[in-house]
Amino acid sequence: MVKLYIPLDMAAVAMGADRLAAAVAQEAAARGETVEIVRNGSRGMLWLEPLIEVETPAGRVGYGPAKVKDVASLFDAGFLAGGAHLLNIGIVDEHPWMKKQNRVTFVRCGVIDPLSVPEYEAHEGFKGLTRAFEIGPQAVVEEVTKSGLRGRGGAGFPTGIKWKTVADCPPGQKYVVVNADEGDSGTFADRMIMEGDPLSLIEGMLICGYAVGASKGYIYLRSEYPIVAKVFQAAIEKALEAGWLGKNIRGSGFDFDVELRIGAGAYVCGEETSLLESLEGKRGIVRAKPPLPAHVGLFGKPTVINNVLSMATIPMIMEKGAKHYADLGVGRSRGTMPLQIAGNVKYGGLFETDFGIPLGTVVNEIGGGTRSGRPVRAVQVGGPLGAYVPVSLFDLPIDYEAFAAKDSLIGHGGLVVFDDTVDMAWMARFGMEFCAIESCGKCTPCRLGSTRGVETIDKIRNGMDVDANIELLKDLCHTMKFGSLCALGGFAPYPVESALRHFPEDFRKPALEAAE
Amino acid sequence: MRNVQTEREEMSGAAQYSDERAREIIAAHMGLEGPAMPILHALQKEFGYVPDAAVKEMAEALNISRAEMHGVVTFYHDFHRAPHGRHTLKICRAESCQSMGAERQARAFLDKLKLDWGGTTPDGALSVEAVYCLGLCAHSPSALYDGEPIGRVDAEMLDEIAAEARD
Repeated sequence: MVKLYIPLDMAAVAMGADRLAAAVAQEAAARGETVEIVRNGSRGMLWLEPLIEVETPAGRVGYGPAKVKDVASLFDAGFLAGGAHLLNIGIVDEHPWMKKQNRVTFVRCGVIDPLSVPEYEAHEGFKGLTRAFEIGPQAVVEEVTKSGLRGRGGAGFPTGIKWKTVADCPPGQKYVVVNADEGDSGTFADRMIMEGDPLSLIEGMLICGYAVGASKGYIYLRSEYPIVAKVFQAAIEKALEAGWLGKNIRGSGFDFDVELRIGAGAYVCGEETSLLESLEGKRGIVRAKPPLPAHVGLFGKPTVINNVLSMATIPMIMEKGAKHYADLGVGRSRGTMPLQIAGNVKYGGLFETDFGIPLGTVVNEIGGGTRSGRPVRAVQVGGPLGAYVPVSLFDLPIDYEAFAAKDSLIGHGGLVVFDDTVDMAWMARFGMEFCAIESCGKCTPCRLGSTRGVETIDKIRNGMDVDANIELLKDLCHTMKFGSLCALGGFAPYPVESALRHFPEDFRKPALEAAE
Repeated sequence: MRNVQTEREEMSGAAQYSDERAREIIAAHMGLEGPAMPILHALQKEFGYVPDAAVKEMAEALNISRAEMHGVVTFYHDFHRAPHGRHTLKICRAESCQSMGAERQARAFLDKLKLDWGGTTPDGALSVEAVYCLGLCAHSPSALYDGEPIGRVDAEMLDEIAAEARD
């Protein structure tokens, strides 16, 4: 019996993994070979998807990107014993892309069967929760605070402080909410962990619930991720069967339930207060803060709301201790960041590394430059609300504060690479258009400002009063930045201002055709 | 090439609307905290869209005004107020896909079908919607056809989908 791994990851499936798995099973049967095909998460080397891994005595040997038409030749080449083939990438763990990483949050992703509780346990799973039960809720909160973990959703708020605020609220109904509304273009880390290691997220929620005194957890997942919904729901059921969810978990006396909820295509619901409104069954309108969700959250109760990656990192922090995590990284950016390399890039994928690595190294050395083969012109870091960073700033280290100092942000760690054919004035216009489409409509700077922004950029692109309109656009950006209620309107100016600052020539081309 | 063996979402719009069936669906979710979103998803799955009559039933069951319920349905891009195409193609037009030329490619496809974003072909076969990120950004441009993810979409694949939808 040979064990094979073919990812169930949505990106792998988008490149034909389901069809490949069926073809491999069929071919094996025809040749009288007994194989076990495990549908794992992705290793993150997305340009190699679908990647087949074969378990051999020397380690797991990878073949990718594999297509159905390659299946017969793979068998002919003896791939079940790790045989030589054009697609053979060698031992996956020895691949330079894997060797250069420091996998903390993603240590199990792609390695284990995501829906096997015994495999999760064999890979240090539930050790963090077990330790949490030993040291007690208060010590858990202290440990999380000491680790220096900051929210991975984008804002980078210290996770421990959030937890302490909720823990300090008087006992009663409290909630744990996970924000899995990963809407930023260029990001897919939440998706990958929920498909590849869903039990780590469930364990993180359990630890959080135990620490703050909550018995119910919700995951708000975007509807654009149908495969996550299936995998994660199955993971909840597996955890329940194994006694890691429900009443009196493993004899601890602690009760906890997890429920998966699906969004409905509103980007703004990634904003935490809007997400809470949506969970309550209302329009996803942003709430004014204060009160903070930690005091008045879901259904008015104290609520911890964390991003998927923050929550999925908790088990490791609890297992290995705060110091282990805090020793990684630079300055006030502690630990690791799962970077997502995307867009027009040769080697796209998920690369988890300590904070501090220069942006240019990520784009050119790890990402291998553009897929088109043309020069890199800009990288948008941190999603649709993140700045466009020019090549001249490529020595900038991946670090919250270093990026902030250059009017940029790391956000959720997505990098979208553009080659020299990009029209930055068009991208600025798109930034405003996106904000207009997705604005919840509560505050005027965002609701109206974004539409006025589109109109003003159209005028500039058409060569109308360019100087005056650029001034007007800058003024509008300022108003949106400081007058908006949440990060949608408040950060939408970042891509626009950065395009104006670093690529002014694109706004002064001879009159262009109106909207492509 | 596309991944034809992937399990597709069930064809929507199969069931004829009835107040009774809507009430059953609503009742099945009333034990949940904040049941509105799960109900709306279930209604759309059953009927292919969220009929006005169902909105009225929901408002009554949830004890909120019809105006408020209407506000919820119309806030979210996913919920349709009228029957939709038999098949749905969501094409990503977010930044990552744009870096690989998605905008021009989608425009050409829409022009060929004489549709705008959100439009449905006159035979009711295919609705084409814009989507802002499918998390397939290392395989841009990407799309989602009846729930099936597709990476590295090109013009030929889009044409194939349009032809298949009309079969």
